Order: sequence, then C-alpha cells, then structure tokens
Amino acid sequence: MSESFTLTIDGVEVTAQPGQSILQAADAAGVYIPRLCAHPELEAFGACRVCTVKVNGRPQAACTTPATKGMIVENDTPELNEHRRSLIEMLFVEGNHFCMFCERSGNCELQALAYRLGIDAPRHDYQYPARTLDGSHPEVFIDRNRCILCGRCVRASRDVDGKHVFDFVGRGKGKRIWIDAESRLADTPLEGEDKAVEVCPVGAILRKGAAYAAPIGRRLYDHDPIGADIEAKRVGAPAAKGGKS
Amino acid sequence: MSKPRVATASLAGCFGCHMSILDIDDRILQLIELVEFDKSPIDDYKGFTQRCAIGLIEGGCCNAENVHVLQDFRKNCDILIALGECAICGGIPAMRNTIPLRECLAEAYLDGPTVHNPSRRIPDDPEIPRLLNRVYPCHEVVKMDYYLQGCPPPADAIWAALTALLTNRPIQLPYELLKYD
Repeated sequence: MSESFTLTIDGVEVTAQPGQSILQAADAAGVYIPRLCAHPELEAFGACRVCTVKVNGRPQAACTTPATKGMIVENDTPELNEHRRSLIEMLFVEGNHFCMFCERSGNCELQALAYRLGIDAPRHDYQYPARTLDGSHPEVFIDRNRCILCGRCVRASRDVDGKHVFDFVGRGKGKRIWIDAESRLADTPLEGEDKAVEVCPVGAILRKGAAYAAPIGRRLYDHDPIGADIEAKRVGAPAAKGGKS
Repeated sequence: MSKPRVATASLAGCFGCHMSILDIDDRILQLIELVEFDKSPIDDYKGFTQRCAIGLIEGGCCNAENVHVLQDFRKNCDILIALGECAICGGIPAMRNTIPLRECLAEAYLDGPTVHNPSRRIPDDPEIPRLLNRVYPCHEVVKMDYYLQGCPPPADAIWAALTALLTNRPIQLPYELLKYD
C-alpha cells in the first residue's frame, strides 16, 4: 500500500489517497467542487467541465485529473465560478428546461447548481430546440428536452447494469442520447430499477408513477444548496444552513 | 416629495405572478405607504398617468399587443423587472416554440380531436392581436433590468426586491428565495 499524501485546495491542506482524483480527494476532505457528469458510483467522464479547477495555474477537470502530491488547486474562485455559471447557463438555453412542471424540480442537480451559483437569468438567447420524448416503456420515460448529455445513463447502463441501453448519437448541436432499439424505449432491456434510471441528474430519464413525491419545502435542494452534504464532512464545519424539515 | 410610482402588467402569463404580489399579505399596506400604483391590473388604470420608477412585467411576448405594452413600459419606467419564469424564459406558453405557428393554429382550430369549426376558418378578426412566430422572453424584446425567478416568484422575493430598490439597496435574495418553480 502506498502512502497518503497532501495537496492544497484553495490554500487548505487536504489529504489524499493514491488513485484518487482531485474531486474524490476533495469530497473526502469535505471540500465541494461543483460537478454534473461525475457520480460517485460511475467512472469519471469529463463531459460537463463544471468541475474545472486550476491545477498549478492550469485549468483541469477535477473528476478526471489524478490528485498528486503537493498540487496547488484553486476551486472556489470568482473566475472559476463565473466559468461554471456560463456552462450552466448554456445548458439551460440549449435544452427546454421548464422547471415549473418538471417532476425533478427541487431535486434536480442542474437547477440546484444554478441556485448555488446564484443564476437569476441566462445571458444567452434560448434555443427552444425540437426534441423528442419516448413514453413507450411501462416503467420509465425519456424526455430529451431536459437532457444535458452528461452521459451518466450511458456509463451506468454499460458498466453497472451491463446492458448498454443508452449511448450518444450525432455530433455538436445534433448530439443526443439514443437507445439500443429501433425506435422505442419499450423495446430495450431497460428496467425501472436500473442504475441508468437512478443516476440521471435532471428530469430526462425518470421512473413513471413517482412524480412530485416530496412537496415543495421538503425536496432535496429546497433549503440546503447542493454540496452542503459534502461540506458538512469538513472537520470543524459549521452545521448546514437552513432548517431541514 | 411624491411617492415613487409602480406599474405592473401581465403579458403572456397566467396572473399567477400578480397573485404572488398580493400574497405579500398585510405588507401591501406598507407598500402603499411607500409607492403609488400607476398602470396596473391592481387599480385597473389602462394607461400611464406619469413616469414610473418601477415596472413589473409578468409573462413573455406571444403577440403583437404584448410587444406594444412591453415597449410602452420600457418608455415609461426607469426600472423594469421580469417577474417570473414566463417573463424570463417564455414559460408554459413557450412550449409552442418548438412547433411551427401554422401547425399550432391548425391543431387548435382545424384538426384537433375536439374541434368543431364548420367554417374551417382560423380566427383572423383585426381586433385580435396577431400571434408572433414564437413566444419571446421579455429581455429579447426590450432591455430588462432585474429578474425575479419563480413560478410564481415567492411573495417574500417580490417584497425583498421592491423594498431594496425603493431604499437604494442592492437586491440580495437568500438561498431559499431563488427558485425556478
């Protein structure tokens, strides 16, 4: 077993284990680095770039960059948060994100990041792309209006479920998540309990019959910002803000 | 000194944001101490009587009349606030933005399963404002100064924003008042 080592994130010394990414080391130390495509149970992918930090002055995705001894990492800086704000804003205008009726609202990681970063309105024009919805499956639907192409479902279906139901097709603006059947989600081996369904950070892949289970005020991000659970692990951290009800 | 004037309008909205203004409850008594309402559905003034300090805009622009009203507000108000999701991103009405207008009208007046329209005519009376090709968020039509998110924005957020503007403080909403739903 090799030894643990230290790096600094925003001037604070953090202990890391060999093999950990910067993101994993930060999580373990109670330092929250915003992220969308990264998921603790899935292989790092580096698609969304929201977790971009500066490593010894150079921008790097924290989820795919291994932590190394003596690294100087900048994370919570005005410059990086401004970049993150831009990325989130672009994701909002690129799709059709109607939070007011979305079943994921309040539990959505995209929305929660926008709240945490204090986005009051996107600075870009909305694209209103024509996207498709597939409700053919008895347990699950996929609404591509809300898809942010994070690839979590692709990785979860391939690596955890062992099914490879989802994958990317197309390029650039035309890129989208497609399925391993001619046209209908119902014709795939997907099941409601699959990891691929659980890991969607937005309302693109959702289990049917489970909508609006928690009332407003008792949803995941109603009182505490996303990342508050990680920050609460920090030694000597104050209790999370806001009342848990 | 006379009180600052506040005007409000509901464009392509559902009046939910106006309900949220009323939802400030008895603080509305404090509000009328602070401001005078001008053109607004609240007092039913149809036109501007004087220049206004603040204009609250609910809803985006789905027809020519919305554009006209919004431009009128921009001319007559020092500060314009986009109130709620529809004003900011088009909201529910903007769901038609992915479908060509001709198809929307055909579904509504000609081909829909419950349509009874023997004349096969899509309403075209000159009194009816012309629909735009799509629904436009307010900031794509005129310059907007502030955005209050929510569907509707919480009454506390409206109150916090108005009192901040009226007392020359920056608008700073606590985490729980920035919501998109």
